[in-house]
Amino acid sequence: MDPQAAKYIGAGIACIGMGGAGVGVGTIFGYYLAAALRNPSAAQGQFGNLIFGFAVTEALGIFSLLIALLLMFT
Amino acid sequence: MDPIHQFQIDNLFTLGRIGGVEIAFTNSALYMLIAVALIGLLMIGATTSRALIPGRIQSVAEISYEFVSNTLRSTAGTEGMKFFPLVFSLFMFILAVNVIGLIPYAFTVTSHIIITVSFALLVFLTVIVYGFWKNGLHFFKSFVPSGIPIYILPFVVFIEVFSFFVQPVSHSVRLFANMLAGHITLKVFGGFVVLLGAAGWLGWLGAVLPLGMTVALTALELLVAFLQAYVFAILTCIYLNRAIHPGH
Repeated sequence: MDPQAAKYIGAGIACIGMGGAGVGVGTIFGYYLAAALRNPSAAQGQFGNLIFGFAVTEALGIFSLLIALLLMFT
Repeated sequence: MDPIHQFQIDNLFTLGRIGGVEIAFTNSALYMLIAVALIGLLMIGATTSRALIPGRIQSVAEISYEFVSNTLRSTAGTEGMKFFPLVFSLFMFILAVNVIGLIPYAFTVTSHIIITVSFALLVFLTVIVYGFWKNGLHFFKSFVPSGIPIYILPFVVFIEVFSFFVQPVSHSVRLFANMLAGHITLKVFGGFVVLLGAAGWLGWLGAVLPLGMTVALTALELLVAFLQAYVFAILTCIYLNRAIHPGH
């Protein structure tokens, strides 16, 4: 196979990993919203935890994006 | 249209040589100086005319101070406030650099991993040095959570140690990759506008769509620029909390 074509296929496959991060980030914000609507007064206090969970989950998706970018541009 | 070209580092002028390595003043250094000058002007301008009822500039300074100090106090406790200068400088610098990078033709300093790794290692080494200086060997207790059954304890300790050493990697790569990916996306959609615009009057009609997308993405990138600065600051607080309270 042409190495350039293999690189592009690899970059595409690496992007699949971002789907998992999408599920995770959606779960975090969805549960936060559900809990915030049940008890709006406690929602402000959990904002830091929300952002922390979002950041940790998002990092995993970013890693797969990074692999894709490395394959595309190096 | 190479979307990577915007991250090119150019030498503006050479300062000198140290052991055969050229030390140059680059466009990256220029934008860092601009960011520092902006923050300095904001903070000095806010504190020269201190009023009981704050004006616009003073409000901005007070809100950013309150924002960072609330974050620090809620994650690392009152003892964490001695690290306020570090966290505040990191937050303001990354925020300024990210927002300046959104201006068209401007250079984004945080889209280079060497910059973000320097920040992450600064925080990492601060945690290690301060943790051992304050707690001595009790710092190792932060790797051993309490209330874990003895037969899975080695496994949990291994995960804790591993995640501790991975933390500067994810800390730096998160900021770097977010800025890099956002700016590449903007450039790619900008390239679509040019490609369609070159295809005649029908292309002009079609080019409205990616142009609108670019505007929407710029708004999203403004949110990301703020959010990533905040995420970097809050993670710094959480890592510092390990050094201040290693018990849990």
